[in-house]
Amino acid sequence: MATYTEDDLAKDLEGKEYEFGFTTDIESDKAPKGLNEDIIRFISAKKEEPEWMLEFRLDAYRTWLEMTEPEWAHVRYDKPDFQDITYYAAPKQSKKYESWDDVDPEMKETMSKLGISMEEQKRLTGVAVDFVMDSVSVATSFKAKLKELGIIFCSFSEAVQEYPELVQKYMGTVVPKQDNFYAALNSAVFTDGSFCYIPKGVRCPMELSTYFRINESGTGQFERTLVVADKGSYVSYLEGCTAPQRDENQLHAAVVELIALDDAEIKYSTVQNWFPGDKEGKGGVFNFVTKRGMCHTNSKISWTQVETGSAVTWKYPSCVLKGDNSIGEFYSVAVTNNFQQADTGTKMIHIGKNTKSTIISKGISAGQSQNSYRGLVQIHKNAENARNFSQCDSLLMTDRCGAHTFPYIECKNSTAKIEHEATTSKIGEDQIFYCLQRGIDEEKAISLIVNGYAKEVLNQLPMEFAVEAQKLLTISLEGSVG
Amino acid sequence: MITIKNLHANIEDKAILKGLNLEVKAGEVHAIMGPNGAGKSTLASILAGKEDYEITEGSVSFDGEDLLEMETEDRAREGLFLAFQYPVEIPGVSNINFLRTAINEKREHLGEDPISAKDFMALVREKSKLVELDAKLASRSVNEGFSGGEKKRNEIFQMAMLEPKLAILDETDSGLDIDALRIVANGVNTLKSDNNATIVITHYQRLLDYIVPDFVHVLYDGRIVKSGPKELALELEEKGYDWIKEELVEA
Repeated sequence: MATYTEDDLAKDLEGKEYEFGFTTDIESDKAPKGLNEDIIRFISAKKEEPEWMLEFRLDAYRTWLEMTEPEWAHVRYDKPDFQDITYYAAPKQSKKYESWDDVDPEMKETMSKLGISMEEQKRLTGVAVDFVMDSVSVATSFKAKLKELGIIFCSFSEAVQEYPELVQKYMGTVVPKQDNFYAALNSAVFTDGSFCYIPKGVRCPMELSTYFRINESGTGQFERTLVVADKGSYVSYLEGCTAPQRDENQLHAAVVELIALDDAEIKYSTVQNWFPGDKEGKGGVFNFVTKRGMCHTNSKISWTQVETGSAVTWKYPSCVLKGDNSIGEFYSVAVTNNFQQADTGTKMIHIGKNTKSTIISKGISAGQSQNSYRGLVQIHKNAENARNFSQCDSLLMTDRCGAHTFPYIECKNSTAKIEHEATTSKIGEDQIFYCLQRGIDEEKAISLIVNGYAKEVLNQLPMEFAVEAQKLLTISLEGSVG
Repeated sequence: MITIKNLHANIEDKAILKGLNLEVKAGEVHAIMGPNGAGKSTLASILAGKEDYEITEGSVSFDGEDLLEMETEDRAREGLFLAFQYPVEIPGVSNINFLRTAINEKREHLGEDPISAKDFMALVREKSKLVELDAKLASRSVNEGFSGGEKKRNEIFQMAMLEPKLAILDETDSGLDIDALRIVANGVNTLKSDNNATIVITHYQRLLDYIVPDFVHVLYDGRIVKSGPKELALELEEKGYDWIKEELVEA
């Protein structure tokens, strides 16, 4: 076997064009490019929203105008031109489908290219899927079954129409509309997303799953998710993403709010595989997301994320541990290859007594990418006996990539116990040789080693998602050792 | 089984092997001994397919095939096994998963169906007994947190699972206490058959009390300079290597 050179690596990567790089041709109903109050009124009118929703948007927009784009993250990119983005695009579908049989065959094909067989999933795994294509939910399954339990799982637009009191009560309570530049932008222009409400004492019997997909060229995606777990309830919520190949950068600025009321538990898992840009670093999705959960007394929120896509990622799923004895968890695998840049981590804000948080972050850098962990552990002065354990590991695949760790700890209570562990390692040629000598080829060897490294996080994912995530890690890193 | 002819190899322009000849037939056990730096481990690495070396001259035929033309993983799949002197740790990957992957890669290469979970587990039970490897170790991550002795036993366990045609044991005795040595040797002896062969690379004669070789070779300065029956090992143990060096000078 000849020595594996940089030229070989380059050649290999050239062959690895984005697997899901295809476009679905569905005529869309677009707003003109640009952003102003009229566009916001157009979006709101298009969605037949109540007055309070429009006011929320306009208020957010006016706040946003006063804000500047944050620059503290360890990422470099050309700032998006906000006047060159289409803020609304919806597939021309007059009504929603009664059953999957009625779904547009072209959409079905898109779904199967994504590797999601809806029927299979429904039958075999009991996963209810709310498939979002270009901002509008096209179908929601399992709704009837969920309804029996009083569980609401629908598109955000539908929730605004059908459950305005719940939306008004909780929207913007965890991520206020003035929270940050991108959260404010999202609050002004979000087109759709998901809403989920689990009533008191109900344990949701299935994983709730939403697939997001950017589809229309030049369309910004501004999704909004709101999950409310009422007292003593439990839900496991999954979100997975993939996007078609594009030349120009696409902006994605989502907001996710989780609310776990007393004794409730929310488990939120994401696999993110948006187009990362080509081998020269051209194109790719900008993913500037605000995700935050509010934990009330004795509640628990657990974030698990597997990030392999996007050209630039800026994402910190966080927990505000407001209630006594509440628990926050963050499990993350972030992979960057080629010219990808990720600045991701979490914030654990301990406010209540006896609050606990766990952070397990596994970064994997390949190519010439930059991968940063940024985390804040904040112990407020009344947070007696707060506990935090953080572990931040970095795995380097080449000599040209970067791994960075920015841990921030702010502690105002002397009873707190905070532990932080960090390691950086390079994937070992001796490990790969060991595998090769046992008859395992290089690709499988890397897959084994990387999945072993990320195991603690992958173990947190629901089974069907874990399998998908393992494949993604392998695809993302093929031929990338050097 | 394997025929090495006039093998020359360099690492970073420094000649390590300088015309090595060796022939090992099926059913035989060969011991290769020699002082530090003679090229013993280099020989093992080259046969296994490590890329750090440049072969400048010579040939290696393995079961009639040109070994030097084969990819590292194909050499393994064709039945060449190296028990490492320093087995690496692979965190998070269970021994079981690792071995099942290895076995199925080999079976696929040979055009066979993947092993069933039931057969695989039965094989694990059978072979782990052979080296007295705790069943718990079989499900732990590959070599992670294993003691030196456990790592070496795990190598022989993997060898038992993969049933190679040619096994090369690179200083498997180093760092082993007498009990572990006996267990490892017992494993190797049990696996011995008329259809396979073993090359034992060692510093000391001690291991050869347990794994009795058919031939002993002395590797010195990149070549096999002396070969003989098992008694040669005892002579080396007693007299060291200097007398061989002197013989060479006289010749």
